[in-house]
Amino acid sequence: MARIAGVNIPTNKRVVISLRYIYGIGATQARTICQKLAIPDDRRVNQLTDEEILRIRELIDRDFKVEGDLRRDVAMNIKRLMDLGCYRGLRHRKGLPVRGQRTHTNARTRKGKAVAIAGKKKVTK
Amino acid sequence: MTRSGWKGPFVDGYLLKKAEAARASGRNEIIKIWSRRSTILPQFVGLTFGVYNGHKFLPVLVTENMVGHKFGEFSPTRTFTGHQAGDKKVKRG
Repeated sequence: MARIAGVNIPTNKRVVISLRYIYGIGATQARTICQKLAIPDDRRVNQLTDEEILRIRELIDRDFKVEGDLRRDVAMNIKRLMDLGCYRGLRHRKGLPVRGQRTHTNARTRKGKAVAIAGKKKVTK
Repeated sequence: MTRSGWKGPFVDGYLLKKAEAARASGRNEIIKIWSRRSTILPQFVGLTFGVYNGHKFLPVLVTENMVGHKFGEFSPTRTFTGHQAGDKKVKRG
C-alpha cells in the first residue's frame, strides 16, 4: 500500500506504470521521476522501501502539478475562455468541439449521446 | 502548429497607428477594423475596436485577458441560434 500525492494507491505493478495512475503523470513524467531517483525499471511498488516512497512523494510535491491543483488549473483555463467571450469560450459554453472539427456528423464525444428527432420516420420498405 | 517566437506576434501595421491616434485624441470612439487576423497586443488594452464580421462592426472592449488572442475570436461570423423545438417537419425516406 502506497499513498502518493493524495488518494492514489497503485500497488503491485511496476513503479513506472503505477505512477501513471496519478492524474497529471503520464509515461514521460513517470520515467523522469524514476530516472531522477534511480529506481530501476523492473522494481514494483510493493518492493519499494519507505525511504524511496518518501522521496517519490517529495519529488512530486516539489516539481509536479498533479491531481486537484492540476484539475483546478484546467478548469480555470476553460473558465477564462468562457468569461472572455471569445470563440473558443463560446464553443465550451455550448458543449461543441472547440478546435474546428465538423459537427454536421460525429462530434459525439462533446455533444453527448444522439437524441432522436421527434416525428422523423424510419425508412421502411 | 504554434507560430515561431522569433517572428513576434502578427499584427497588421496600420492598427498600431490607428490605436496610437485613438489614444492621443479623444478616446472612447470605436476604431473600425477589418483585420481579424491580428493579434491583440498589450498596447490595445482599454481601447474599443469594432471588429468586422462580414456584416457589422461588433464592438470589442479589449481587456488584459484578451492579450494574445486574435481580434477575430471576439466577433463571430456565423449566426446559428439552434433548431426550433418541436419542429413538425417530417423527413420521409
